[in-house]
Amino acid sequence: MWKYVLKRLLLAALTVFIIITITFFAMNAIPGGPFASEKAPSPDVKAVLEERYNLNKPLGEQYLLYLNDLLHGDFGVSLKTGRDISTTISDSFGISAKLGLMAVGVALVFGLIFGCIAALTRNKWPDRAIIFFTTLFVSVPSFVLATLLLLIFCLQLKWFSVWSTTSQNYFLPVLSLALYPMSYITRLTKTSMLDVMGQDYIRTAQAKGVSHFLVIAKHALRNALIPVITYVGPMTAYILTGSMVVETVFTIGGLGTKFVSSIANRDYTMIMATTIFLAVLMVLATLISDLLYKAVDPRIKFE
Amino acid sequence: MYDPNTIPKKHLLSLQLDLKKFEPATEEEKRQTDQMRESTTFFRDGMRKLVKNPLAMASIVVLVLIIVTIFVAPLIVPYGYQDMITVDGKRDKTATNLAPFTYSELEQKAIESGESIFPHIFGTDELGRDYFIRTIYGTRVSLAVGLFASIIVLIIGLLYGSISGYTGGKTDIIMMRIVDIIYSLPDMLMVILLSVVLDAVLKNALTGTALAKIGTNMISLFIVFGLLYWVGMARLVRGQILTIKNNEYILAAKAIGAKPGRIIRKHVLPNCMSVIIISTALQIPSAIFTESFLSFVGLGVQAPMPSLGSLANAARGGLGSYPYKMIFPALMICLIVLAFNLLGDGLRDAFDPRLRR
Repeated sequence: MWKYVLKRLLLAALTVFIIITITFFAMNAIPGGPFASEKAPSPDVKAVLEERYNLNKPLGEQYLLYLNDLLHGDFGVSLKTGRDISTTISDSFGISAKLGLMAVGVALVFGLIFGCIAALTRNKWPDRAIIFFTTLFVSVPSFVLATLLLLIFCLQLKWFSVWSTTSQNYFLPVLSLALYPMSYITRLTKTSMLDVMGQDYIRTAQAKGVSHFLVIAKHALRNALIPVITYVGPMTAYILTGSMVVETVFTIGGLGTKFVSSIANRDYTMIMATTIFLAVLMVLATLISDLLYKAVDPRIKFE
Repeated sequence: MYDPNTIPKKHLLSLQLDLKKFEPATEEEKRQTDQMRESTTFFRDGMRKLVKNPLAMASIVVLVLIIVTIFVAPLIVPYGYQDMITVDGKRDKTATNLAPFTYSELEQKAIESGESIFPHIFGTDELGRDYFIRTIYGTRVSLAVGLFASIIVLIIGLLYGSISGYTGGKTDIIMMRIVDIIYSLPDMLMVILLSVVLDAVLKNALTGTALAKIGTNMISLFIVFGLLYWVGMARLVRGQILTIKNNEYILAAKAIGAKPGRIIRKHVLPNCMSVIIISTALQIPSAIFTESFLSFVGLGVQAPMPSLGSLANAARGGLGSYPYKMIFPALMICLIVLAFNLLGDGLRDAFDPRLRR
């Protein structure tokens, strides 16, 4: 088992390393350096600045220095604002993390509940209704959902106030982030529940006289959960990228908004830094979900 | 025909049937047993299942309608996607932000003086451009991106996967390690990063060439999709080929001296076609999703050319006052993606050998 964990850790580290390398060389491939804006500094100032940010050194050395900075959590400074990127990220990540975790929770809890209901009422109306809505929701991009929710509930019906520093209602943003993964988990749970409910040990438990609820909660659901665990990695990726759009639509000042505005401003260092940060999070989520998957199910062998 | 009386009877405990107890079948009875099911091919059987699936058929109808509309509408509607509304050759400044099926003051006057003016089915945008035609062109762009991206993915994935799977051995291991690594990169982030970078790089490299007309964003989108999304297809094709290549007919083909290229083309690929087609059909909506997402954050197609995502993004500004500008492109995206998803599901139910009994 430890051999497998080690192997996965190495693969994750390699992935992160490749992401950083791609990012660094992509950054240098973009024409025009950080000081090539319209307000070009004088040659002397430029030389001092290049000295300070190691831009006068050969590319290979710059790369090593960049790696070293990254290991110390230093992403450099923003091209547009001149502020330190690490502090910007740590300032804005809190609210995004809160939003993301709430969305993950909602997606998991309701996805599992609806999936079980759909599996247990197979081909009856609750099942049909749930499958209808989940098919609909996986076809709606998050930005469409977010803007429509904003339009209907904030602007037309005025049930919720628009996001501001004083009124922070997470309901609509979380809803628009969670609906897609929730629908996906519902479908996943339904198929794996149907699969598990046909197994012999379920019939054995029922024959022993175990109550209907216990059969489902203890015997069926625990086994049906396994495919859902594998989805945790992709779901994190979806929610992190989805939060860019949802935060922008609801004007929430989180990391996603920062990322989108840095794209609009062509603030290259900011784009690169946020990409690395989010990519590492996603790689970690995938790693955890893979390890959990293997740990939960003893039938799966460690290779 | 045997005569039951001439067959010699075996000993007492024989299990031999006593033919005297049987009578010959009449002609009509013979004809009844002849009525077998019509022989069917894999393709025809799948098509029969597909036609019976109402959801899949409905989505085909919807998609055909959309495709016909995007080709026919620009011929009928007398507006261009980047032209502002003009009345009598003069730019109509009052024709901005019109609601659906309304006319501006100048147009109203022109109608009263007897001219006929084509209605603005979806209204106009903030620059006075007809919104219906912009939505139509946006749909064109989104569909084109989805289709071409899927074709690029299909070609690269097919070539890479079939070479890797068929060759096997060390080549396979190395090729699959590369796939594993690309697969583990977070795709959406890499798409964003690479399209930012490629856009900036291509802008300098392509100015003045014919390719610049398509737009550097569009080209960088294709390159990025091609670079990242082929890995899923390559894995799929490789897996299929590994199961197929151990069959006897492959051995037979090898024995009579067929070259690997011929075996892959003639024997292996036709057998995994169904799985590949299903996966391509499901790739299209995901590419449309990605493109609209990128356009929404400001990385998609270039300014005068609309895409559904960039239209939705532009509509965000006046969401409270002009909600229809958001609703039309949003509905269009949902409709297209839903139709492709349902069609892909239908195709899978009809053609996937793993789901067939």
